[in-house]
Amino acid sequence: MAWLARRALHGLVLLFGVSLLSFLLVSLAPGDFFADMRLNPRISEATLRALRARHGLDRPLPERYVRWMASVARGELGYSFAYDSPVAPLLWPRLRNTLLLTGTATAIAWALAVPIGVWWSTRRSAAARHGLSALTALLLAVPDILLGLGFLLLAVRTGWFPAGGMTGVGHEGMSTLGRAADIAWHLALPVAALVLGILPVLVRHVRASVAGVAQAPFVSAARAHGLPEWRIQFGHVLPAAANPLISLFGLSVASLLSTSLLIEVVMSWPGLGPLLLEAILARDFHLVLGLVLASTLLLLGGSLLADLMLLAADPRIRAERT
Amino acid sequence: MSARRSLVLACAFLIAIHVAALGAGFVAPYPPTAQNRTLPYAPPTRLHFVDEARRFHLLPFVYAWSEEGGIDAAYREDRGQAFPVRLLVRDDASGRLHLFGVDEPARLFLLGTDGFGRDQLSRLLHGARISLFAGLIATALSAGVGWLLGLCAGFYGRWVDALVMRAADVFLALPWLYLLFAVRAVLPLHVSPVHAFLLIVVVIGLVDWARPARLVRGVALSVRERNYVLAARGFGASDLYLLRRHIAPATAGVLLTQAALLVPQYVLAEVTLSFLGLGVSEPVPSWGNMLTALQRYHVLSAYWWMWVPGIALVPVFLAYFVLSEALHDRAAPASH
Repeated sequence: MAWLARRALHGLVLLFGVSLLSFLLVSLAPGDFFADMRLNPRISEATLRALRARHGLDRPLPERYVRWMASVARGELGYSFAYDSPVAPLLWPRLRNTLLLTGTATAIAWALAVPIGVWWSTRRSAAARHGLSALTALLLAVPDILLGLGFLLLAVRTGWFPAGGMTGVGHEGMSTLGRAADIAWHLALPVAALVLGILPVLVRHVRASVAGVAQAPFVSAARAHGLPEWRIQFGHVLPAAANPLISLFGLSVASLLSTSLLIEVVMSWPGLGPLLLEAILARDFHLVLGLVLASTLLLLGGSLLADLMLLAADPRIRAERT
Repeated sequence: MSARRSLVLACAFLIAIHVAALGAGFVAPYPPTAQNRTLPYAPPTRLHFVDEARRFHLLPFVYAWSEEGGIDAAYREDRGQAFPVRLLVRDDASGRLHLFGVDEPARLFLLGTDGFGRDQLSRLLHGARISLFAGLIATALSAGVGWLLGLCAGFYGRWVDALVMRAADVFLALPWLYLLFAVRAVLPLHVSPVHAFLLIVVVIGLVDWARPARLVRGVALSVRERNYVLAARGFGASDLYLLRRHIAPATAGVLLTQAALLVPQYVLAEVTLSFLGLGVSEPVPSWGNMLTALQRYHVLSAYWWMWVPGIALVPVFLAYFVLSEALHDRAAPASH
């Protein structure tokens, strides 16, 4: 438990660091939300000053940070000028949608990558190995933007899948089951784009770490005992090769979050990505800050999950706490 | 042997495309901003070798688009007059020399035109200047900064190490595209294309120093304790000498491998930013803002040649990938 507490504390410190860094960044930006209003002859200088004073933009930097942190502590995460509302209520539904998208993509990508990687590592024939190697290299070279646009084209051309959005017409009137099916139907293409983007990376890593263990003496011993091949691979080799893969799990969450930012915009999935783009174009800095923090929170959640899995998988770490 | 051949192929391709991008003014048949408002979304011009009289020509020729029908009509070739493709053509208006071209009124749009009737091939080549070199320069920047910081952290250890690595942790705790966007958010939105290019390169380069820094630090940390370094130190070598002579060369392999991986990622970052309207803006072409047209469904599904900048990324990325694999095998031959 001490180990886990240390990791959680580390995450909190990181979150604080990120908040400080991004706040500094945003505060040093030239211009603010009200800067464009200066050009409007119907808004006087005095009105602008009053607006700035009301939102505390005329205060010194440390005070603004403390005020912002207080608002974070209240659960408001600052104030969005463009939406004229606290940031948090804008953020949560978007965060939930992004979590749904990346969570599903992570689960499916790993569920596919592990068996494919293990299967690949057991292939002896040169044709299978080189073929898979070339295929994954080619998939690695396909940029995410092309995957997103390609799946969008599929949706537009065939009409099998909705071209963007998260819910269909009449979503509100459906039964609970119907709603879930509706969302799943909209989820299919963005998830497919994300999974296809990360799958080659994962498969290559799984194959490499499994192949690294496959030569160990205990594997030969298990084989000499006459265990079936699938039990050797999944029961003995995979757990021994798990550590680097669990670290990779944390990294894959980070990479998927970045990719989903783009995929969400291309496929108009109402997640954090489109909101971030909107906030940037409107120079709505508190909203940008909130979104950056939310993405960090998701990433830290992913690495915490990886830590938990490591704790479950590696007895050495469990032994350390005693 | 086959790995070696693919490496040679990859390097040749990369050099060729970068040279073509640098010499885009000569290689491309038209200026990137030259519009033909009467020819929007013209399909790629077909090269013919056999004319109406069934005579074979060694040099290909093209036909002009027939005038009848206007914009809504499908593009049809006017088979009346053949225009041979000529090499080393001088453009009368600008006086510039081009590698190849055809006489007016025929046009040589080998990859079709976009909505303003601008030649896609010319824009692709000029856009490569922005997109590919943004990746290269940003990599130089990020690898350079990461290398310096990682070297210092690994060599001096103690509080320098702690400071640099904690800062790296903070940078790595953010999904990197979000970080990139956040930094882009605070910079002015409407800037000239040249400024936008520099801005993007600097932002991409400085946001992602943490990963190369970590790798370099690891190598520096282990090399520092090697016997030959300890011996050199025992002979009274200065820190600067040790860094220059022993530590820095040892980090070259891991740094180069990482750099070859970073270039495509940064090219993609530029493409993504420009695609979303946060990067280099019209009328200057970049592969990203050329793809922006695909956000409209009819362009997405009707004009395949508008996909070319995106498809062009695939061989570039593949080549960099082959390069990084080769560099990796060179740096760590034992694992091969």
